Amino acid sequence: MYVAVKGGEKAIENAHAWLAEERRGSTDVTELSIAQIREQLSLAVNRVMAEGSLFDPDLAALAIKQARGDLIEAIFLVRAYRTTLPRFGYSNPVETGQMACDRRISATFKDAPGGQVLGSTFDYTHRLLDFKLAAEGEVPLAPESQPRSEPIPHIADFLQDEGIIQDEPTSDATPGDLTREPMEFPAGRPLRLQSLTRGDEGFVLGMAYSTQRGYARNHAFVGELRIGKVAVEMDIPELGFAIEIGEVELTECETVNQFKGSKTEPPQFTRGYGLVFGQSERKSIAMALVDRALRWGELGEENLGAPAQDEEFVLSHADNIQATGFLEHIKLPHYVDFQAELELVRKLRLETDGRTTPQEAAE
Amino acid sequence: MNEYNFAYLDEQTKRMIRRAILKALAVPGYQVPFASREMPMPYGWGTGGVQVSAATLTPEDTFKVIDQGADDTTNAVSIRKFFENTAGVATTEETTKATVIQTRHRIPEVKLTEDQILVYQVPIPEPLRFLEPRETETRKMHSLGEYGLMHVKLYEDISQHGAISTAYAYPVKVSGRYVMDPSPIPKFDNPKLEMDAIQLFGAGREQRIYALPPHTKVVSLDFEDYPFEATKADHPCDLCGAKDSYLDEVIMDDAGDRMFVCSDTDYCRTRRAQGHDGRLSKEDAV
Repeated sequence: MYVAVKGGEKAIENAHAWLAEERRGSTDVTELSIAQIREQLSLAVNRVMAEGSLFDPDLAALAIKQARGDLIEAIFLVRAYRTTLPRFGYSNPVETGQMACDRRISATFKDAPGGQVLGSTFDYTHRLLDFKLAAEGEVPLAPESQPRSEPIPHIADFLQDEGIIQDEPTSDATPGDLTREPMEFPAGRPLRLQSLTRGDEGFVLGMAYSTQRGYARNHAFVGELRIGKVAVEMDIPELGFAIEIGEVELTECETVNQFKGSKTEPPQFTRGYGLVFGQSERKSIAMALVDRALRWGELGEENLGAPAQDEEFVLSHADNIQATGFLEHIKLPHYVDFQAELELVRKLRLETDGRTTPQEAAE
Repeated sequence: MNEYNFAYLDEQTKRMIRRAILKALAVPGYQVPFASREMPMPYGWGTGGVQVSAATLTPEDTFKVIDQGADDTTNAVSIRKFFENTAGVATTEETTKATVIQTRHRIPEVKLTEDQILVYQVPIPEPLRFLEPRETETRKMHSLGEYGLMHVKLYEDISQHGAISTAYAYPVKVSGRYVMDPSPIPKFDNPKLEMDAIQLFGAGREQRIYALPPHTKVVSLDFEDYPFEATKADHPCDLCGAKDSYLDEVIMDDAGDRMFVCSDTDYCRTRRAQGHDGRLSKEDAV
């Protein structure tokens, strides 16, 4: 009797049918709507948009529903969809200085123009399960106030005016696009930032954490963290000027780091930068720390051999779609290779100690 | 899936991949970087092969997909269905009828012809990767033709184990220039790498394409006193009696009894249709 798995096609169809049923769960329970996911699981939606590299809350919500809440699977769905979208062009750089901030905090100055705006944050909640939510109670409306009419300046600009923070080199060069060109090393900062902003939140968090614990330590202050909407503008060649084509919510984090100076630079502060779609605080702070760690060469610092300083290591392993695909592919059949290994190990055993395996003895 | 372009990818992307393929054919064994796209199947599951196939297929082609030599393994079924849906090309399980064959881990037993293209799915295109993890270093080693490390590895195998302990993905030297990973085919298949058909290798996650034009010289690395040996299980196929095909070992019952069957299912089926039989083919008839 030949027992090898046959009928793959039927098995796949049945598996998909079962998966669809499991996704739905008990039909005694009302089905989740895309709008419910978009509105009530918005931080999950934000993560899927950030790591899926596609700003579309409805599509991200759909992906989360289809993926049964598995966010990496949802990110994968969004990425695969993104492949099919035509590329019309590139927007102008967004002006985060013009951001309509819902939240803006600085850990370096007690107060600054624009103020400390806590916004909607988990930060000072006590992490006690709120059983009232299980009873589906209505939420009282939060008090409102008038938004500041003028733009909120970046904290780092104040340090820059004083000349005690490193100047960022300005350039009009078109940055590379890691979704259109194969990654090559050294990648340079624009590609590093692109890779980090779509990198796996857990991976980037772990890398950032390692720098805090002494693997290429560079103590970071959160100079500023701001969350809000910015306008996206695009130059239209036919018109000869830029028009606003929409707005996106972003989280921007700029860290201020100690720097004792190098052969060429006086002691000053340096920066790390994080910019992520949606309200994604943890990710943007982590991104800024890893960005700063990767800048050791540019700042003339020592390479301590720490993982977070290693551009090729960090960028090659930050993408969770690449990682999960390759990790999970070992579920696929490998019997041809395993057979080759079986033959080899049997042969090597025969040669090393002259013993025969039970299998060979039987024949 | 009518809303997608022929073979899923848009024409600009296919052109970009074709340029990489042409470059790869012009420099046999050299790994050409290409801007791999996210496909609707996971990285590591054949996205490189799928992108190469998508850029290679024309509406007139007949497409065959094998995984472990078999047409009916789940991932082969899935990829074949993908192109049935997105390209609407004819598909076949018969090796001789296919014009494009996408494969994972095997080269078909039947000799391929100059009218055919064999597309390999490649997990790790870099033959030096497990000797040197850094891409920046391995690219330098290739450009300098600096393959001493690989020979040292093979030598160490012999000194430790008495034999070269690589059973699959056995490294080859192409046209006397580049050392190349033939993808994880068993070393039994290595001699077949010199063939009449075009061979294209696609690594999606690692963003590399490489190729072997027809009749390219491909030498499996070895030493004069330890020559390369293409090995297989020392049995005939229990279903078709073939003595020249690569075999899968199948555990048949709780007592651990084994049978050996051709890994190339089309080869085995064709032989049985021609009247060949093996030790267990009568039992299989039920």
